[in-house]
Amino acid sequence: MSDQVTYDEVEVGTELAAVSYPATRLSLVKYCGASGDFNVIHWNERIAKSVGLPDVIAHGMFTMAQAGRFVTDWAGPKATVVEYGVRFSSPVVVPDDDTGATISVSGQVEEKLDGNRVALALTARAADTKVLTRARAVVRLP
Amino acid sequence: MAINPDFVGKTFSPSEPYEVSRVKLAEFADAIGDPNPVYRDRAAAQEAGFADVIAPPTFPIVISMASSSRALAEPGLNLNYAMVVHGEQRFEYSRPLRAGDVVTAQVTISDIRDVGRNSMMTTTTQISTVEGEHVCTAYSTLVERGGAS
Repeated sequence: MSDQVTYDEVEVGTELAAVSYPATRLSLVKYCGASGDFNVIHWNERIAKSVGLPDVIAHGMFTMAQAGRFVTDWAGPKATVVEYGVRFSSPVVVPDDDTGATISVSGQVEEKLDGNRVALALTARAADTKVLTRARAVVRLP
Repeated sequence: MAINPDFVGKTFSPSEPYEVSRVKLAEFADAIGDPNPVYRDRAAAQEAGFADVIAPPTFPIVISMASSSRALAEPGLNLNYAMVVHGEQRFEYSRPLRAGDVVTAQVTISDIRDVGRNSMMTTTTQISTVEGEHVCTAYSTLVERGGAS
């Protein structure tokens, strides 16, 4: 896991390098089971296409979880997430092959707040399209 | 048909208590592909300052969704679930959820509106322990594509 980052060492404007996370059909099936969200558009190509989607799409919450992991890996084990929000701007289309889709997450230190809190602005892309907008997390650091 | 706006402001009774288990947290962490030991190894979680293994930040959706599915199934609400995509999601946390917590979720339908061709519904879910300690508030906006009246 990552090293522990501390509030004092964080600087506003620091860019957090992009990390790529895979999303395959298997990921979505596992996420259906673990989350209890069995909406057919996440596992049934026939129905996904019949309701006008290009293919099976990832759960928005799966994508949000990847960006959440980006935050907690950066912040370190002793940090806690105080606030985390996103808007799902575009679906992550997951083709039926061995590679699936790739979600690339990057970020920037947006603001240092009182109480050892730090706000991060996040960006997530898949196939060169922004899949999350207004993505922001506030973490409390040691 | 659009989502029925008469449901704005409706608060549902709290869900049955949900017990957060280590096995479920590890399963969820596996499903999102996150190997972080604080989600599955009690010693690692304690070393990080937590009483037991904690939940990934998006885990509360499991509890809020189970509870809001009751709201979505409400007769007369008129939501076509096959046309639903997730529009927005936000969490505010008082502390991380952890194994051993027994919590309830209380859902309020806070907004229903048409935006362009789509119909949108926002729910606010309060997740608190059965002892009354607030853990997390989840705000979810669902979009029914083509659902506008």
